[in-house]
Amino acid sequence: MSTTIDNDTDITSLPDRIRRFPFPFSGDTYRYSANVQPANNPAATAVGSWGAGVIDIDEFYLDEIADRDRILRRDPSRMQVLPHMRPAVWDTVATLLPTMAEENPEIMSFHREGNSCRWQNKLQDLEIEFTVGDDDSLPMGPLRFLGTQIQDDIVLLDVRDNTMWLDAGLVSFAADWSFGFDVGMSFQEIHHPVPRVKEERIISRAEQFLLRLQPGEQFRRTNWTMTIGRRLDTSTETYPEWGPDRATIATDPDMPDKLHLRVEVQHLIRLPHTGTLLFLIRSYLLPLRDIAQVPAWRERFGKVLAELPEDMAEYKGIIRYRKAASEWLLAG
Amino acid sequence: MTVTALPISPHPAVDGGLQLEVTNIKPQTDSIVSITLADPSGRNLPSYVPGSHLVVQYGEEGVNAYSLTGSGNAPSEYTISVLRVEEGTGGSVAMHRLMVGDRVFVSRPRSAFAPASTATHHLLVAAGIGITPVLSHARAAADRGTTSSLIYVYRPGAGAHVEEARQLLGPALTECRNRESFQQVLTGQLTTQGVGTHLYVCGPIAFMDSVLDLARELGWASARLHSEAFGAAELDDGEPFMVNLVRSGLRLEVPAGISLLDTLEKAGKSIPNMCRKGICGECILPVLKGTPQHRDLYLTDQEKAENTTMMCCVSRSEDPELELDL
Repeated sequence: MSTTIDNDTDITSLPDRIRRFPFPFSGDTYRYSANVQPANNPAATAVGSWGAGVIDIDEFYLDEIADRDRILRRDPSRMQVLPHMRPAVWDTVATLLPTMAEENPEIMSFHREGNSCRWQNKLQDLEIEFTVGDDDSLPMGPLRFLGTQIQDDIVLLDVRDNTMWLDAGLVSFAADWSFGFDVGMSFQEIHHPVPRVKEERIISRAEQFLLRLQPGEQFRRTNWTMTIGRRLDTSTETYPEWGPDRATIATDPDMPDKLHLRVEVQHLIRLPHTGTLLFLIRSYLLPLRDIAQVPAWRERFGKVLAELPEDMAEYKGIIRYRKAASEWLLAG
Repeated sequence: MTVTALPISPHPAVDGGLQLEVTNIKPQTDSIVSITLADPSGRNLPSYVPGSHLVVQYGEEGVNAYSLTGSGNAPSEYTISVLRVEEGTGGSVAMHRLMVGDRVFVSRPRSAFAPASTATHHLLVAAGIGITPVLSHARAAADRGTTSSLIYVYRPGAGAHVEEARQLLGPALTECRNRESFQQVLTGQLTTQGVGTHLYVCGPIAFMDSVLDLARELGWASARLHSEAFGAAELDDGEPFMVNLVRSGLRLEVPAGISLLDTLEKAGKSIPNMCRKGICGECILPVLKGTPQHRDLYLTDQEKAENTTMMCCVSRSEDPELELDL
């Protein structure tokens, strides 16, 4: 059963997946908000911290990269680049690889001379040279290549006509949405299905905020939902594979191990050379059993699930099991 | 070293920016000089969006914005061109006194005149010193494999970057020395462009307005029109007005020609600010009573109509008195 955390020794004995987990709740209730904050700032949790850098590499790195590769081979529509977004894709590569090298100097390095670049990633025994702007210089093209280097999903929003357009991306781990369906849509259109946010003007305020970011500025926010099984791809496209579990999990004796809190750390970066808005989505999964190892999390998440209004629970797709999950968490 | 190059501390508008060294000075015309800046340790500088500007500090107090002339792709140096304005606030004169080896505080590049990614062709129109940001556009378009053409109006002997423009654009450059030939060329180009062409204009405000008006008259949609306010004439001095700072219990006069921001700072108020040009949005102030005369490029039309906020660096008052929550 769960361990009680009451001193530092116990905290350090917790596994990394818990100590580095971006637990998203700051109170016992949850509502949508434009919860953005500057990136590159460690955020403390009850048992650790997250968010010191932009690209987080953890124990699931190789597994998730392999998972993405399988998904893309099965469904190439998860990656799309409208022709005018090619410079933005290269801007992304030229921004993120040096960032990763800076954040992980012992395993990664990046050198650039003019447009000639050299990238080394010891986790993959990889050393590669390429030319910024030359799509053929990277295996499978620059965006697909970047998708083999970072765990984050990648969305590129073009800024024009005083709004933003989802015109490129590589999204293998969508949480109950379809990247292929949203390509070409405006920021407002993408967020149309989200309940409440229109009344609360959150989307239009977020849009104004993003439009006014200056190139080079980096912000982040968190979002959350729940996922059954350690499964990152819960996209609309694969609904038949994961949707039915929602009906049975509440009475499943293995619920504490199967049911995960899924947290997205989303980075919002205005790219320096194109001014395109780069939206990175890094997804973390932690089963209820692990959450219960941190009493403060167990209680807080239990209360959030119990209080969450029906329309929000419905939209998040957790309405059929959130009561069971809440009761298990609050029962200790 | 010159006096102008020795600010003790960075101005708020360049705080969080870079300290660069002047590595080259090149006269362009009798009154325009190009200044090249680089990192003293030789590191690459941040990339920038074509058409971006740099806020440069001169002396202890002053900051001015200048357009960057490069493509912005992983640059090792920044180059700006400065027109000396004798009757200005002194910034351009100070910039003209810079020498190789001097150090200056600059902001990170700021983008307010970006190219449209979906444009199939960029039609660039520049008058005088307005050449600087559109030169950046032309270079970036060449880099990205998009075509561009440039109509450049300058007085004989007063054209900066003419040789570079000729080399870069070849037959896609049209040089105009007078208003009549310019009108003819502009009308011709505006009526023969495809629907994928975007227009970018930089120069004095009256010049930009006339180009944009003509384009609209000829059926160009606003989304295809882009203009750069920097390098243009200063805003007019405006009428004097009073401000009542409700929380501080202070009443101040804002004289003609002095900004509200300057007035507040002189009275000891510390107001966050960056561009001091009505673009960045830092110096926003809550208005309790009175109608601001909005002259900024930051607030949306809706926000301006609400009259509950104002950008104190450029905006003034329609009423004899404004009441501020300060």
